[in-house]
Amino acid sequence: MAKVVIDALLERFPGAVTGAAAGPGGDDVAFVERERIAEVCRFLKEDPALAFNVAPYVTAVDYLGQEPRFEVVYNLLSTRRSWRVRLRVKVPEADPVVPSVTGVWRGADWFERYCFDMYGIRFTGHPDLRRLFMYDEFVGHPLRKDYPLRGRQPLVAERGVQDVYRGPGPAGRD
Amino acid sequence: MASEIDVVPAIPTRKDEAIGRLQQMVSQGLGWARKYSLFQYPFVTACCGMEYMTLAAARYDLDRFGAALPRFSPRQADLLMVVGTVNCKQAPVLRRVWEQIAEPKWVVAFGVCASSGGFYDNYATVQGIDQIIPVDVYVPGCPPRPEQVLDGIMLLQKKIQGQTHRLVEPAPAPAIVAPGTR
Repeated sequence: MAKVVIDALLERFPGAVTGAAAGPGGDDVAFVERERIAEVCRFLKEDPALAFNVAPYVTAVDYLGQEPRFEVVYNLLSTRRSWRVRLRVKVPEADPVVPSVTGVWRGADWFERYCFDMYGIRFTGHPDLRRLFMYDEFVGHPLRKDYPLRGRQPLVAERGVQDVYRGPGPAGRD
Repeated sequence: MASEIDVVPAIPTRKDEAIGRLQQMVSQGLGWARKYSLFQYPFVTACCGMEYMTLAAARYDLDRFGAALPRFSPRQADLLMVVGTVNCKQAPVLRRVWEQIAEPKWVVAFGVCASSGGFYDNYATVQGIDQIIPVDVYVPGCPPRPEQVLDGIMLLQKKIQGQTHRLVEPAPAPAIVAPGTR
């Protein structure tokens, strides 16, 4: 279906796009070199034959124990062609910096903030790279696999209720 | 009704007895009046809010219990209903809303998330609002049936009826000290 997309990418960016494969159900995947992701995205959007005008979802994955550790995943949609493609960018832990695609799709703004909040991946060129979900006082990035699952950082002091009275009601249940 | 911790083992004087009897009568009257005019502040954060709407609407009709009118200002409310999951980011807001409610005030934890955090045992969720504010009635369920909440409201009414209104404050009010003299 969208073999055209893969071919166009491989033809236009022979060095930057690797591992392109057409998955089942139009689930096309391509690995893109980190430094050129914004350039590849701009091509996909502005080429009239492709016209990937929406980035419905941009997210990240933490492959703890592998190197490079992180991966940013761009799910793209062309409403004109009804094509979808998924670009994956490997990001090393030592230098988790990716060029921002907010210049291409304005809607990628909050997705990149989400990736920064949850995984600590920084996007160069992002206009307002703050945390999206967690509060500013929060330390660390909670969706990293080495963040403790119950690592709560309460903003108000917790009262430390041990147990509540679990017998019959205070007025004697009827 | 006084709980065990309220019972002070002391020999009452005639004055104490007189005050006690009067206090009991006033408390009963106040409790009767208060339990049928619960003005609630719905702190609705999640899906339990749907069940809360059902509860407040005509079919289950919270109005029968005198708790008809949700006030959206904590200053006009005396029953804080925490309906839904409270996360750590919201905890200061909930605490502040509770502090703004004038005494006497009561709190109902509506649903498991408000009661104990529910299945959200993770980095973001408060494990029960009793970690932040004191709670009078816990209503479990995900979400609770409206009948369960009505049962909780009736429990709360019994509690309110049994509470004591002090006529005489045992401890004197702290003296006002001019600033700079302490």
